[in-house]
Amino acid sequence: MTSTTETRITIAPRPRLPAASSWTLTIAVVVALLALLPLGFVLWAAAVTGWDMALQLIFRSRVGDLLANTILLVVLTIPICAVLGVALAWLTERSDLPGARFWSWLCVTPLAVPAFVHSYAWIGLWPGFNGLPAGVAISVVAYFPFLYLPLSAAFRLLDPALEDQAASLGLAPFAVFRRVVLPQLRLALCGGALLIGLHLLAEYGLFAMIRFDTFTTAILDQFQSTYNGVAAYMLALVLVLCCFVLLGLEAGLRGRSRYARLGSGVARRPKIARLGKWKYVALLLPAVTAAFALGIPVLTLGRWLIAGGAEVWRIDEVGVALGQTLVICLIGGLATTAAAVPIAWLSVRRPTPASRFLEGCYYLASSMPGVVVALALVTITVRAMLPLYQSVATIVLAYVVMFLPRALVSLRASIAQVPVEIEQAAASLGRSPGNALLATTIRLAAPGAAAGVALSSLGIMNELTATQMLAPNGTRTLAMAFWALTGEIDYAGAAPYAVLMVAFSLPLTFLLHHQSKKIAGR
Amino acid sequence: MTFLTLTSLRKQYGSVAALDGIDLSVTAGSRTAIVGPSGCGKTTLLRLVAGFDAPDEGRIVFAGLQLADARSQVPAHKRGIGIVAQDGCLFPHLTIRQNIGFGLEAEASAKNARIAQLMDMVGLDAAMLARKPDQLSGGQQQRVALARALARKPRLMLLDEPFSALDTGLRAATRKAVTDVLTAAGITTLLVTHDQGEALAFADQVAVMRAGKFAQVGSPREVYSRPVDAATAAFLGEAIVLPADVADGRADSPLGILPVDDVAYRGKAQIMLRPEQVTVTRHGVQGGGEGARGTIAEINFCGPTSDVRITLGGDPQGFSFRLDIPSRETLVAGDRVTIGVAGTAHLFRQPGFQTASS
Repeated sequence: MTSTTETRITIAPRPRLPAASSWTLTIAVVVALLALLPLGFVLWAAAVTGWDMALQLIFRSRVGDLLANTILLVVLTIPICAVLGVALAWLTERSDLPGARFWSWLCVTPLAVPAFVHSYAWIGLWPGFNGLPAGVAISVVAYFPFLYLPLSAAFRLLDPALEDQAASLGLAPFAVFRRVVLPQLRLALCGGALLIGLHLLAEYGLFAMIRFDTFTTAILDQFQSTYNGVAAYMLALVLVLCCFVLLGLEAGLRGRSRYARLGSGVARRPKIARLGKWKYVALLLPAVTAAFALGIPVLTLGRWLIAGGAEVWRIDEVGVALGQTLVICLIGGLATTAAAVPIAWLSVRRPTPASRFLEGCYYLASSMPGVVVALALVTITVRAMLPLYQSVATIVLAYVVMFLPRALVSLRASIAQVPVEIEQAAASLGRSPGNALLATTIRLAAPGAAAGVALSSLGIMNELTATQMLAPNGTRTLAMAFWALTGEIDYAGAAPYAVLMVAFSLPLTFLLHHQSKKIAGR
Repeated sequence: MTFLTLTSLRKQYGSVAALDGIDLSVTAGSRTAIVGPSGCGKTTLLRLVAGFDAPDEGRIVFAGLQLADARSQVPAHKRGIGIVAQDGCLFPHLTIRQNIGFGLEAEASAKNARIAQLMDMVGLDAAMLARKPDQLSGGQQQRVALARALARKPRLMLLDEPFSALDTGLRAATRKAVTDVLTAAGITTLLVTHDQGEALAFADQVAVMRAGKFAQVGSPREVYSRPVDAATAAFLGEAIVLPADVADGRADSPLGILPVDDVAYRGKAQIMLRPEQVTVTRHGVQGGGEGARGTIAEINFCGPTSDVRITLGGDPQGFSFRLDIPSRETLVAGDRVTIGVAGTAHLFRQPGFQTASS
């Protein structure tokens, strides 16, 4: 045998997963298991409740009413949002609408206003406005940007050559829109509609304020008033099933087809439609939308702030709430982003069926409504790990479960931009795999990580449902304080908290708008 | 019969004149190629004819009907003009069947029969009809794009560099297939390309375009062997441009006394030879023939041909030109050679500029 050290290195079989990868994979699996805890809990609760009891609790008129409310809400809100989103995206991206860029910003800005603040603003103006009509109207203004954003990006990415081609095949402009443009918006429509649907199922504050009952409000009522565990679990089970129906519908409608343009090179810039004399009629749509989605919150908040004067800005209360909120947002945002690092790295550098499956688990877990996540974590900690009940660790875990995809998207995009060769160069210069990763990819992906922290922190700032159920004793975040004060009909006192939440969320909307522009290379 | 007439077409993009006064007549059933370097405005011209853009000035008249002028224009979907784009431009969300049937207005059975006929026409297997465009190769996509455009029986077909995205081998085959289909259908065709070989092989009429204008319009043979200037000559293929004193149809040039194609001209001028007119033999070889003497200054072996630079006379700094010659003779740098010329040289009446090879 003449095996020297050198030859051993060259002939050693390459391990299937290097040490760094296997560690990363282990962490990613643990995070996925933790993320799936709430879903697993609901299924477990259903299993142990017993068939008769479960049927009795599920098939009752209360559940039927809630189901009818939920279905009506989803079936009315999503199509209105879709039509509004397509019309606004077309006007701002593909027509010579005066001030298109300005209107495009205004179409995204409603996201900076938490849904329950929209609700507060509307009943400030029209106290008697409630039930389904109010639920639909407020949901539309609060959530249509979730469709507008992907639709406007899709409009920018469409290859205008396809529209030219359709015209040369004898199609009039409207037929071109229907047969060529609209089908290519399908992915954006499906994605945005799913996001809105999941928000409608998960939202508590918006609907509680206008006294419109959904599964989420009913579960919270049950939890807060009677703590009827089993009944709440069964409502949560139906809610989770509703989520699955939405996820399944979206997956079915989205299809598997490829929508990217087939050609090489860069697409021509899209043609801009001349509105001519319709220009001023067209302006009405974004103007009216902005009046409802932004004008009403501004008006109501302004009115209450003026009515409240300087007294409502009590530094001891508002300041403490702001401080606590910032701390919890920072901890939650950092934890969420850190939890996303292993899977982000795996999905870019070592994409395997396993990593795709894990990613799917995170998305599935995050599509569970906050009320379900919180209910599960409350029950698990109370029953099995009491010291963790209402602890920072538990609430941070809830945030990780709910907001991990937000961090993952930014993180993965920025890791993908770091060429793997840089990591390999560091390794060839003698760094260990972990060290090489730290010195190159992690360092260069820092902007993406920062965006991930920002996006998840801002999600946490406006989160009300899970925060209420899980916050450690003595904690009072901006959202919680706002909610408590509106519950006492102290609308003037609540205004400063709403203003602060909006002020901190505005950068988020700018970031989202910027990202959607960047995707289209503008 | 003139079928398509373009008169003084102008189109400006910002400060750039994409089209700067274009005139062209196309006869029915003919094939015209517009050839030029990228950015010369040829795609803009095609877009104006298709109706995707409007001209700033000038007129487009098609089959006796005015399609566009500076004030009004017939929209693209009412023109009945087919177009096949560079990358096929198939609708990615539709199957091949739906793509080909896209512009067809007929009931299902008639439509399916027509689609099957079109697939056969462009030489594609009907089994592909259920596939999506991304499951087809580039050449197949181009054939589908042609079938889709043919489905509406257009009277004019526009081809916008339809072969340029294909591999060299596939390119010639696809071009042949497309030419055959269009000829069989008797459809007037306008091809835009930057590939001079493609233009010359495809068309009855070639328009050489440069900076928004037509430098020359004529038959392929005419524009190739009698280009208007040195730049056009160089664009259409390798050219050896020589200074000469011309009188009585004969030119006194560095390559000796050569017959020229212009007997009336007298005085100094530039003359052009195509490389296939020139033979290079080692000096002193039997049967090497008459001709000017030169030296191989540089030679690069490129397989079947070798790229040589030959200096004339004994002076290494003297007149020199480049040429591709068959590699059968093992010439090396420094070899003395005899340069023979067959046929007549082409004379540029206007003083063209010196090309790199002269």
